Amino acid sequence: MSQEFQIELPLLLEAIYLKYHYDFREYANASLKRRLSAALVRFGCRTLSQLQQRILHEPAIFPILLDYLTVQVTEMFRDPNYFKALREHVVPLLRTYPSLKIWVAGCSTGEEVYSLAILLREEGLLSRSLIYATDINPQALQRAEAGVFDIDRIPAFTESHRRSGGHSSLSDYYTAAFGRAVIDKSLKKHIVFSDHSLATDSVFAEVQLVSCRNVLIYFNRELQDRALGLFADALCRKGFLGLGSKESLRFTALAGAFADVSREDRIFQKKDRA
Amino acid sequence: MNAATPLGHRVGAIVIGASAGGVEVLSTLLPALPETIRAAVFVVLHQPPDRQSILAEIFSRKCKLPVREAEDKEPIEPGTIYFAPPNYHLLIEAGARIALSVDDLVQFSRPSIDVLFHSAADTYRERLLGILLTGWNEDGAAGLLAVHAVKGITIVQDPQSAEAPVMPQAAIRMHSPDFVLHPRAIADLLHGLEPAPATSGTSPARAAPAP
Repeated sequence: MSQEFQIELPLLLEAIYLKYHYDFREYANASLKRRLSAALVRFGCRTLSQLQQRILHEPAIFPILLDYLTVQVTEMFRDPNYFKALREHVVPLLRTYPSLKIWVAGCSTGEEVYSLAILLREEGLLSRSLIYATDINPQALQRAEAGVFDIDRIPAFTESHRRSGGHSSLSDYYTAAFGRAVIDKSLKKHIVFSDHSLATDSVFAEVQLVSCRNVLIYFNRELQDRALGLFADALCRKGFLGLGSKESLRFTALAGAFADVSREDRIFQKKDRA
Repeated sequence: MNAATPLGHRVGAIVIGASAGGVEVLSTLLPALPETIRAAVFVVLHQPPDRQSILAEIFSRKCKLPVREAEDKEPIEPGTIYFAPPNYHLLIEAGARIALSVDDLVQFSRPSIDVLFHSAADTYRERLLGILLTGWNEDGAAGLLAVHAVKGITIVQDPQSAEAPVMPQAAIRMHSPDFVLHPRAIADLLHGLEPAPATSGTSPARAAPAP
């Protein structure tokens, strides 16, 4: 990456923030650079300055850039052991609440939200649950809300579901038609999809579980601390936090605020304030 | 390359990429790294995505240097070998920290060698040593070219010595590497990497006293 690219990068992010109020200024640079290099090719721009000019003056193309800046790689029951650990360590405590609120932060196109909803249905908890599914990308949220997935992906989802300790058939939760699997409406009734930024918005509800996987890895440490602060504030007393399989609290300011529930599966519990 | 400067004095980091047949070659290379080395070592080895990562454990027993699976935002420590976790890209972040990502596959691979090499080239520039080993696909060739482009040092395993020659051949097609070597010769080169002498003039006492 050239020296000029390093100069142009923060300028572009500032421009995006001022014009569109999307804040990527504290995203981890290494991945951001990679994705912006791909965007340069897509837009036929030679430099980030050229891209900045187009983004500022052609609002219609911003949504395309937003797809480059946000990550939409997700699958149902990704890391089956995580969901298995939720069943074993978290579900028994969730049962003790008369009503449940769960926050899936950075839900992207929804695969993880529906995985959780299916898990809650299997454990007999969905009827008293409300899941907040949030993301900054409105196009991803729309796709999440539609809940339509390519049928080719279903065999892998089915296998992961089985390995997560699923005790029903995944096919109970979708209808297959024309190469697509459409997620059952009865799951969607318990999900609220909403625009929310971990970089700029604040807490909106008290929840018993936050699941935020492979989102924090795209943030720098300051933004990680901010997001984790939001989670700590949103969680009820002894509420649970689930992270991605290679994410850790170790290098963050919130390391002391959570206790390990299942270290291997990255499930944590908010500590009582001393 | 400036022949007058010993390699070890300029190398700030080493990146290694391998695919099919890689475990065996890494078993020759990594144990050869001297414990005095200051450079951090980053390794991408292609593996099935759902594989439990046992590489760090396996190589810990064989190597003089500490071996770890990379964690997100971990501060990079000198003289440490980091493996990319299965199903995550490994990148080098500003401020000498590691970053992971679940971005799309690159060259059908996650972790991708290209992703590591590009981001390391960006950070370490001419202080980077890039090594590309055996493999059946072309991941790493473009990344090694990026290392070459910032005047880093590039080493490619001699395709004739590779269980899978496609990867080293692809790299050699894209640029003329500084070295094309048999694994044994790469190991000798790594073994000879000595850190720059301390500026105070005193040689650092490396031998740890027995407890």
